[in-house]
Amino acid sequence: MKFSDFVAVDAIRSDVEAATKEAVIREMATALVDAGRIGAGDLDGIVRAIMKREDLGSTGIGRGVAVPHTKHPSVTKLVGTVAVSHDGIDFDSLDGDPVQLIFLLVSPPDRPGDHLRALENISRQLRDDAFCRELKAARAPAEIQHLLEAADSHGFVS
Amino acid sequence: MVEQTVSREFVVGMAKGLHLRPADMLAREARRWRSRVEVIANSQRVDGKSILDVMTLAVEAGARVAIEVTGPDAGQALDAIGGLFERNFDEMGGAGEPADGEPSAADTA
Repeated sequence: MKFSDFVAVDAIRSDVEAATKEAVIREMATALVDAGRIGAGDLDGIVRAIMKREDLGSTGIGRGVAVPHTKHPSVTKLVGTVAVSHDGIDFDSLDGDPVQLIFLLVSPPDRPGDHLRALENISRQLRDDAFCRELKAARAPAEIQHLLEAADSHGFVS
Repeated sequence: MVEQTVSREFVVGMAKGLHLRPADMLAREARRWRSRVEVIANSQRVDGKSILDVMTLAVEAGARVAIEVTGPDAGQALDAIGGLFERNFDEMGGAGEPADGEPSAADTA
């Protein structure tokens, strides 16, 4: 799976205003609403579901990266977005470090394989330190989009 | 102490496969031991102490995973990691269940 298979480019944010975990999740989910990828009426339910998942254990996986996610019956296809916080956000990460790079995923309840393949793609690409660093330094959504496209075309694609 | 290599194969019993939470549990357990822990699946061999590495395997429900441990505490490490697989990483695992306790459709409707 490639980034372009699930990242809604219109919902990419290069400098989120949110300073807390819940606020950034809401900001990113709102970006998905504005991009027409999830329904406005589902926003609160999706944010709540993602926070409920975070309560089970942070999705801050280290290296300043978090992958908040949930299943939700309102989506028929995996959808996600990317945001960068230059100030960093406390995400209760596994390594305790603040998070600057966030991938948010909403998947249909009956497609666990797609969710796994999105995680696989994200984690495989993020093992590249330069890619990770450049994403965190991005100042415009288009810059993030180009980095993701470059990773899609140069990286190993499964 | 003598370096030894031990390995065992497991079947992933969780309905959602080896997703982020079990990958985190596996890497955490692996890091508790001095031995090198490798996870082998889908023709790939990765460092079991790295959550990013484990997630790149994208192991689906029902797939096989081999754990290979090399080092002074290899046997204990393999037993501990094997225990995670044996109890399905504390997940329900049945198809259709909210496998890792994530909110079900009913919770979020």
